[in-house]
Amino acid sequence: MKSGVDTGAIMKKYEVVIGLEVHAQLLTETKMFCRCSTKFGSEPNSQTCPVCIGMPGVLPVMNRKAVEYAILTGLATNCRIAPYSRFARKNYFYPDLPKNYQISQYELPLCENGFVEIVVDDEVKRIGITRIHMEEDAGKNIHEERGDHSFVDLNRTGVPLMEIVSEPDLRSPGEASEYMKKLRAILRYLGVCDGNMEQGSLRCDANVSIRPVGQNEFGTRAELKNINSFKFVEKALEYEIKRQVSVIEDGGRIIQETRLWDSAAGVTRSMRSKEEAHDYRYFPEPDLPPILVSQEWIDEIKAKLPELPDEKRKRFIGQHSLPEYDAELLTSEKAIADWYERVVEAGGQPKVVANWMMGDLMRLLNEENKSVDALLFGPAQMVGMLKLIDDDTISGKIAKTVFEEMYRTGKNAGDIVKEKGLVQISDTSEIEMAVDDVLAKSASEVERFKAGDEKLMGFFVGQVMKATKGKANPKMLNDLLKEKLGK
Amino acid sequence: MKLNEMNIRELRRLLDNREVSVRDVLDDVYGRIDAVEDKVKAFITVSRDEAYRMAEHAQESIISNRMSLLSGIPIAVKDNMCTKGILTTCASKILHNFIPPYESTVTAKLKEHLYILVGKTNLDEFAMGSSTENSGFHTSRNPWNLECVPGGSSGGSAAAVAAGECIAAVGSDTGGSIRQPASLCGVVGLKPTYGRVSRYGLVAFASSLDQIGPITRDVSDAAAMLTAIAGHDPLDSTSVSYDTPDYEAALGKEIKGLRIGIPKEFFIEGIDKDVEEAVHTAIKKIESLGAKAVEVSLPHTCFATAAYYILATSEASSNLGRYDGVKYGLRESGKDLIDMYMKTRAKGFGTEVKRRIMLGTYALSSGYYDAYYKKAQQVRTLIKNDFANAFKEVDVIVTPTSPTPAFKVGEKTTDPLQMYLSDIFTISVNLAGVPGISIPCGFTKGNLPVGLQIIGKHFDEETLLKAAYAYEQSTDWHMRRPSL
Repeated sequence: MKSGVDTGAIMKKYEVVIGLEVHAQLLTETKMFCRCSTKFGSEPNSQTCPVCIGMPGVLPVMNRKAVEYAILTGLATNCRIAPYSRFARKNYFYPDLPKNYQISQYELPLCENGFVEIVVDDEVKRIGITRIHMEEDAGKNIHEERGDHSFVDLNRTGVPLMEIVSEPDLRSPGEASEYMKKLRAILRYLGVCDGNMEQGSLRCDANVSIRPVGQNEFGTRAELKNINSFKFVEKALEYEIKRQVSVIEDGGRIIQETRLWDSAAGVTRSMRSKEEAHDYRYFPEPDLPPILVSQEWIDEIKAKLPELPDEKRKRFIGQHSLPEYDAELLTSEKAIADWYERVVEAGGQPKVVANWMMGDLMRLLNEENKSVDALLFGPAQMVGMLKLIDDDTISGKIAKTVFEEMYRTGKNAGDIVKEKGLVQISDTSEIEMAVDDVLAKSASEVERFKAGDEKLMGFFVGQVMKATKGKANPKMLNDLLKEKLGK
Repeated sequence: MKLNEMNIRELRRLLDNREVSVRDVLDDVYGRIDAVEDKVKAFITVSRDEAYRMAEHAQESIISNRMSLLSGIPIAVKDNMCTKGILTTCASKILHNFIPPYESTVTAKLKEHLYILVGKTNLDEFAMGSSTENSGFHTSRNPWNLECVPGGSSGGSAAAVAAGECIAAVGSDTGGSIRQPASLCGVVGLKPTYGRVSRYGLVAFASSLDQIGPITRDVSDAAAMLTAIAGHDPLDSTSVSYDTPDYEAALGKEIKGLRIGIPKEFFIEGIDKDVEEAVHTAIKKIESLGAKAVEVSLPHTCFATAAYYILATSEASSNLGRYDGVKYGLRESGKDLIDMYMKTRAKGFGTEVKRRIMLGTYALSSGYYDAYYKKAQQVRTLIKNDFANAFKEVDVIVTPTSPTPAFKVGEKTTDPLQMYLSDIFTISVNLAGVPGISIPCGFTKGNLPVGLQIIGKHFDEETLLKAAYAYEQSTDWHMRRPSL
């Protein structure tokens, strides 16, 4: 686009169409087709066997647990579970793929035709799931920094993956990001994937195209790869959309190609064009019988479905009278939702607990990148602290200090208050002495206040609080000040 | 009679009665190998030291009366089955130095039965061929006529059994690779039902067709061997979980009233006159034992070879992808990764293997898949149905194993299509997945063996063996030995 042009207006001429292909590593103990461990971060090639190394003559044996996890995901995303599906071979040469074919699914995937719901501008929008299929992961190539050797670590080879393919239903990078968040929440609720994009257990490729608003046919799409962090989902898409708009505005044409997101440079780069695209020569995997899923098996798995984020959100709104925003935030992670409910059960006021959790607790957790499971104090202690506010033992402001101390040490709020002498001063004479003292020292401010500068009320409160080390009961202090200043 | 010329049953008696020791048997076997192997060239690896080590263990079990089906029996293994710690080449330069770190299920089962591994036998590279002329190392010879091929791809195994260099052998059969060489060498070769024997550790050629089976002097040895190697394997998802019968127990029963089908499509133009005559005489013999011959039709037989060469090469093109110089076997250095791949595979694979990889790659390519692979799968279904329909009328089907007796070394190497037709009678059996056996049924005027193929229903190897045994016992073809 030429500079000096109103880019906002130009962008509005186009509609964005995005579909995501999400790869999720399944949290099974063992690999997809052999019994090697899937543990992350072990010594290279320590978790391998003749099967996952692709020795001559070896055969795959399907991990039933992995299929169960995929079915669970299919059910949680409203998919039809295929009673008959097949594995297929995807053939291509690469050193991290020892057999030089990947066992995947092609014509007959395990799950089809589902959807998940996201909230866009306070409206619920359905994003279609085209299919969910199973496949095995590849290993990792490691290139020598100096020197011309490359190495391959096959620990990850054969780790079970699910590929979740969405319909091209997403209309903005924001929607794509919301969809990813929802999918991640569902996967984590189900316990089938840890959802860690930075470690690669959740990966995302995006098909992106634009078309003039009102046009029915899709534009030519680019496939974006290597979006390896949550924060890059929106960035990469935004860059790519701007790139496509600028190509078209400059009179060019989008070519069908695969592009790589370069997070360091913040750009996407062409990797290969359609002409260079692989011909994977898919065909049914002859070493594995078809996957037959009976209704009984589906029912058995269905019984294991936990309450999912959407259901939980709706329940929180009804049961705990929470606003939509609070409910959405508190249910985004199962652990947080669970902790919240335990505090409420222990006697916490639902809205008060929500405020504390969304405010101070999440701030502290985020600072240390810690999970709620790692908290040093329990729900009962949380309720104990809230009680101290309710019975005027501490002020809301002091409570913040107490809460932080409780967070750091795991001590009871009551003990912290005692140790640090933070009990609120609710003795009228003691507060009155402090007030008198402050007013006596601030003759000029008192003059100005009386002349109508009412903002100085805050100054007086602050001075008294300073003198009482913040322990003066705020309500009593306010009342006393008003009385003394003749208001 | 030298011990190396006996069958399993005879040796079992002599060994169990301690009339001979396992060492005595091995001495005769290796004596014979020393005498004739230069001419027959059946082996790629002769594992003499390992054999004598195994012999001690087998002898102990016999002494302590804990002998098993194959305790102390010297058996040769086709060199496409992985044997832990012992070179396994698939007769390919690309695996010229490959020593497997694991054992195939079949050899593990043979080990449980305390067999003695004589050595690893020659084959057409990756089991692709019908003469062993596609071996990356050397061509084996037919013990009945050293100018002729032993057949293939399990030619080394068949030649070793025929020449007395082992008591029995195992081979693999994708389109006839056990039965055709057995036929050409005058021995018994059994391809079990697909799924009866585990393929774990068998270097894959065409996964949906490959099946391991025995090559032996006679039918009772084949039954003993099958009993030892059959059965479900948790490591092979295509192996079935049926119980393994005692196949030897099926032998010796009458075949009166047995209905044998003669498929009219199998007695075609171009079939060798002596072969045709021997097979017709054999059918008459079987009828004389009380069986009833019925003409049946397998109408899609004419499409079998074409369908086979699409499906088998498609699977092979994928199965052979792993030989890339990265992990094991041959590696030729190149200027980059792709160059290394290309140089390694160009040098490591022989002409026929390359031809089949290219055919299969083409058949699976986008735009051709429906016309070739998919169509061939449909033909396969029709062929399966042909057999299912025929088996409504008959208990077994009888055909020639090969249209010709053993041919001269070099005779067909320039014409791959002519070579492919060697398997014209055996291929449809693999496509249908049913069991088939080849047993000796006569000799040509040139004194070359002729084989009779008996085909059975899925998982009904017992009827197959019963019929084969009844015929064999009424003849003496299996007693004849080549003069080497």
